[in-house]
Amino acid sequence: METNSILETIQMISEEKLDIRTITMGISLFDCIDSDGKKARQKIYDKLTTKAKDLVKVANQIESEYGIPIVNKRISVTPISMIAAASGDSDYVEYAKTMDKAAADLGVDLIGGFTSLVQKGYQKGDDILIKSIPQALTETSRVCGSVNVGSTRSGINLDAVKQMGQVVKNLAKVDPVNCMSLVIFANAVEDNPFMAGAFHGVGEADCVINVGISGPGVVKRALEKVKGQPIDVVAETIKKTAFKVTRMGQFVGNLASEALKVPFGIVDLSLAPTPNEGDSVAEILEEIGLESVGAPGTTAALAMLNDAVKKGGVMACEHVGGLSGAFIPVSEDIGMIRAVNAGNLNIEKLEAMTAVCSVGLDMIAIPGDTTAETISGMIADEASIGVINNKTTAVRIIPATGKKVGDEVEFGGLFGRAPVMAVNTNSPKDFIHRGGHIPSPIHSFKN
Amino acid sequence: MKAILTVLGHDQVGIVAKVSTRLAELNVNIIDISQTLMHGNFTMMMMVTWDDATKFEVIKEKLTDLSKETGLDIKIQREEIFDAIQKL
Repeated sequence: METNSILETIQMISEEKLDIRTITMGISLFDCIDSDGKKARQKIYDKLTTKAKDLVKVANQIESEYGIPIVNKRISVTPISMIAAASGDSDYVEYAKTMDKAAADLGVDLIGGFTSLVQKGYQKGDDILIKSIPQALTETSRVCGSVNVGSTRSGINLDAVKQMGQVVKNLAKVDPVNCMSLVIFANAVEDNPFMAGAFHGVGEADCVINVGISGPGVVKRALEKVKGQPIDVVAETIKKTAFKVTRMGQFVGNLASEALKVPFGIVDLSLAPTPNEGDSVAEILEEIGLESVGAPGTTAALAMLNDAVKKGGVMACEHVGGLSGAFIPVSEDIGMIRAVNAGNLNIEKLEAMTAVCSVGLDMIAIPGDTTAETISGMIADEASIGVINNKTTAVRIIPATGKKVGDEVEFGGLFGRAPVMAVNTNSPKDFIHRGGHIPSPIHSFKN
Repeated sequence: MKAILTVLGHDQVGIVAKVSTRLAELNVNIIDISQTLMHGNFTMMMMVTWDDATKFEVIKEKLTDLSKETGLDIKIQREEIFDAIQKL
């Protein structure tokens, strides 16, 4: 009996808050398409409740027998814009309600795929779905939506960027908290298990299991043991720790896949923080040697962290996918919240950080009077970082209606609380209103 | 089924006896045992086996009861999780 390894593993779980953030079942809905919307929704409900019938039961059993917490059980589906397009429906709110009901009946925490991919242009379903987003996400509690507005291959759809600025505003009008269910992507991935951006891509199998891990606390604790040593040692320590954390993801994914008789897709090698003390990506950066996250050097430290996590994780699992990187959501990370409240971290620095990690301006509250055009400007900037650098970027910002800088938006649970952050108030209005399409970038002459 | 049982808590008289008595009542066999004091805390690990794989929940429940009675932190986890993380 290797007592040291056993104790280390137990400590990783109980003290350093290592957990499986999510087991996400991806389900294709292509065989649910029907020219009659009502029939299509019935088929969707039936397929979801058949395929994912045992998802929660199996996850709970793994949690109990192996003692590893599985925080969320989720489902991702084929983008609804594609599935609903064949119906004559003029809005897709009912589809979101069907997803919500299936998720509630199954006991899964979230269901993603109220999604539209418009990086090159709109089809009929995209147009209707995007218009339905504010109502759909307001009238459901478990549904998550996403819109892909750009890609490295096709450039950025500025018309969509413009529209999404307004959609975010409209969604916030009813309740800013609803905005946490909507992500605007560039280079969206098809096998992402994390919400709110998960959807089941068209190139995927009919049904797969994807796993997202979490483990900032474990990395931080490991780095506490190499204080003052060269950065190579830090990188090496992160790699070794990421390896162990990812092995857990691979192991749990295999168990779930076998028990559910569904192929195992990918492990998403991410460091996903929670608002709990000791489960923070910001604290890792501070442990590396920054007085506060946001200090000069933050981007460099984060780039190294992100890269080392991938290097350690890649060898630990069979297939890697999803977003795979360190997440830097503000509201979900106690260290980020602290830095913002102390005036040490601003949106501009966060934007720079998103150039070197996963995934974008995430869970950031901005003043309620921020204009739709300014939000579109932020989306355009973030999409450009993704498109030029050939990576996924995303925007999930929360215009805090009626609130100003220094106030707070409370989301509760895993989603935490977000201090309202200042936004540059110079207007990008004329740029955004030009509309059209930003051409795809050239891939030589890299500088 | 093979599992690892860990017991953590303040050192007190009869911990090993209480745990092993409960395991015997449940017809669980102990195949390895190790104990130490870490920073004044009693730490015991046992490798245990039993035949009926469906009994896991029952055993876990009984050990949770014991955990409440004694104030000790008692965990039981299937063995494979430790190999998965620590070994290639």
